[in-house]
Amino acid sequence: MTPLLSIRDLRTYFHTEAGVAKSVDGVSFDIGEGETVGIVGESGCGKSVTALSILRLIQPPGRIERGSRIEFEGKDLVTLDDDAMREIRGNRISMIFQEPMSALNPVFSVGDQVAEVMRIHGGVSRRQAWDRAVETLALTGIPSPEERAKQYPHQLSGGMRQRVLIAMALIMKPALIIADEPTTALDVTIQAQILDLLMHLQKEFGTSILMITHDLGVIAETTSRVIVMYAGEIVEEANASELFARPHHPYTEGLMHSMPHIGRDTERLNVIPGTVPAPTNWPQGCRFFERCPYSWDRPEHEHPPLYDVGANHTSRCHLAVEPQHRNQPHEPVVVREGVGAA
Amino acid sequence: MSTAAINKPTPDSGQLLSVRNLRKEFPIKRGIFSRQVGSLKAVNDVSLDIEPGETLGVVGESGCGKTTTGRTILRLLEPTSGDITFEGKDVRALDRGELRALRRQMQIIFQDPVSSLNPRMTVGAIIREGLTIHKLAEGTAADSRVRQLLQEVGLRAEYANRYPHEFSGGQRQRIGIARALSVEPRFIVCDEPVSALDVSVQAQVINLLEDLQREHNLTYMFIAHDLSVVEHIADRVAVMYLGKIVELATSDDLYREPLMPYTQALLSAVPVADPKARKQRIILEGDVPSPASPPPGCVFHPRCHHPAKDVACMKIVPPLEEKTPGHFAACIKQPPTTVSWEQQKEVGGVHPPERYLPLAAVHA
Repeated sequence: MTPLLSIRDLRTYFHTEAGVAKSVDGVSFDIGEGETVGIVGESGCGKSVTALSILRLIQPPGRIERGSRIEFEGKDLVTLDDDAMREIRGNRISMIFQEPMSALNPVFSVGDQVAEVMRIHGGVSRRQAWDRAVETLALTGIPSPEERAKQYPHQLSGGMRQRVLIAMALIMKPALIIADEPTTALDVTIQAQILDLLMHLQKEFGTSILMITHDLGVIAETTSRVIVMYAGEIVEEANASELFARPHHPYTEGLMHSMPHIGRDTERLNVIPGTVPAPTNWPQGCRFFERCPYSWDRPEHEHPPLYDVGANHTSRCHLAVEPQHRNQPHEPVVVREGVGAA
Repeated sequence: MSTAAINKPTPDSGQLLSVRNLRKEFPIKRGIFSRQVGSLKAVNDVSLDIEPGETLGVVGESGCGKTTTGRTILRLLEPTSGDITFEGKDVRALDRGELRALRRQMQIIFQDPVSSLNPRMTVGAIIREGLTIHKLAEGTAADSRVRQLLQEVGLRAEYANRYPHEFSGGQRQRIGIARALSVEPRFIVCDEPVSALDVSVQAQVINLLEDLQREHNLTYMFIAHDLSVVEHIADRVAVMYLGKIVELATSDDLYREPLMPYTQALLSAVPVADPKARKQRIILEGDVPSPASPPPGCVFHPRCHHPAKDVACMKIVPPLEEKTPGHFAACIKQPPTTVSWEQQKEVGGVHPPERYLPLAAVHA
């Protein structure tokens, strides 16, 4: 079966005065029909730039480099002309942004904004578009949607605004929804409502979802396959259950251990010392080398490929072929050099 | 802690900080003459004690009043009414000079490490300011104190000559911590100190706060919306909803057996980083009501899922009462309660109180 979305060697670079920032540097992955894939990573790892690249929303000085391929429903989105791309954006692929206030226009009613998507792509009358907007708002669990549709963004709570954005993303029944930190700005009880809604809608319509988040909890509860990004690259990919049970890459392991868990009291949190290197100057070997507790001379000089480390499980770490180094954890290089404080 | 928490403090209670019946109301003004048409009860009758050396966590969602509580205690905001006693001194009775002296003892670390540091001052000058104001050190003595503070929070001494924008979020938060520490306080209000940070950086800052607490015998009020962070760092936890403390217990008790239905829902909503975890989730309906017009009776009743919820919950304001030793909750349907079944029936109650612990199986 061909995947719905197939990304090969995606490189999105920002050509700034300070140098070329290789924010996304050779990323490849697939999303199948009806699948929920998560991308997890910290600020600056390239997860949001990956999402924006798929929708071709990269602004200069940013650029998708030649040789990158993003295949979606038989088309290469990298080389598609602007008109054809507009046909896909909001129609076949839609996006839910993190900040529901800034993603909505304050001077139009929310019903108009949801209906606008339908009018642009659906070739329907104003009246039909409005009716569909109200229907879709109802689907997202907004109470009394007829009245709510006439209201303006400032009259709605954060959770309600996020539901409006979901309605906008959903109204064209897209094949793929990209959700970029869809619940980060929300309180935890509202987050639970929204995640619940997304999962329910996905089951109902069979939409594929690319869930981008820094929160491993959100990943564990919503996705079936997980991609871990670090310094512009995929460092690990596996099924969710496999990844959480057997993380292979030292960065994934560090991320999991540095999170406090309810009901699992630890005296001291594990930390990943140091900070992410600058995207204008990635290290030539393993990009996690300086912060890694298992590092040895090979990763310092040799950039690791993605190794197969299990069934549908890959990891960008030389431990895959020299596992003995895992038995000798030591102070990472950044700590020895006294620059461990992030 | 004993039931005394709800009564007036006794002079020898041994608490570092005692807060009684604290209220903070903001006027709501309308029209061209700014006529006051109502008031927003941001903090609505909050009482709590903090012992020397402990960490009291305060959790709740946006608008619950947790930040306002912290700032009102420090008198960064003037309380509307209530008592605040710090080391036996009545904080509300202090004049400007006395208040300044007290600020040496009580410090704050802010959430946003970008806007809380003056971009035009060097890191050294930022940390030095407190030393100068409180006349703790000057000249080369102040310089060496600044270097020592920077090292203590895990930064290099040379960083004193740099400006805030040259640092990452985590490093800036360390600068904010060094500034708070510079005046050797006893008590620090940490207002969402790690919320803006990435997970791995967050862990570094939490560990630092814990180390500093041990070394300097600090007392923390740790305000956060992230329940797992609070469980990790706090000895006791207060849960706030619409300006009120609705549950207060040791961290162990609160997370093992939350009694207030709101706390149960809040805990069940936290995503668990384990795909195999069996989870029972209580999804709350709707949003938090506006603090300008809180619901009558129990402020949580419109969203409550307790099976015995009835009209009595709309009529009776539930007292924050001790349910098991040291475990306080504000719910007249969760036994034992001082609001008797007879009293509840009088106002139209139909369901007698019953023990309701929907998460017991999950967290066991």
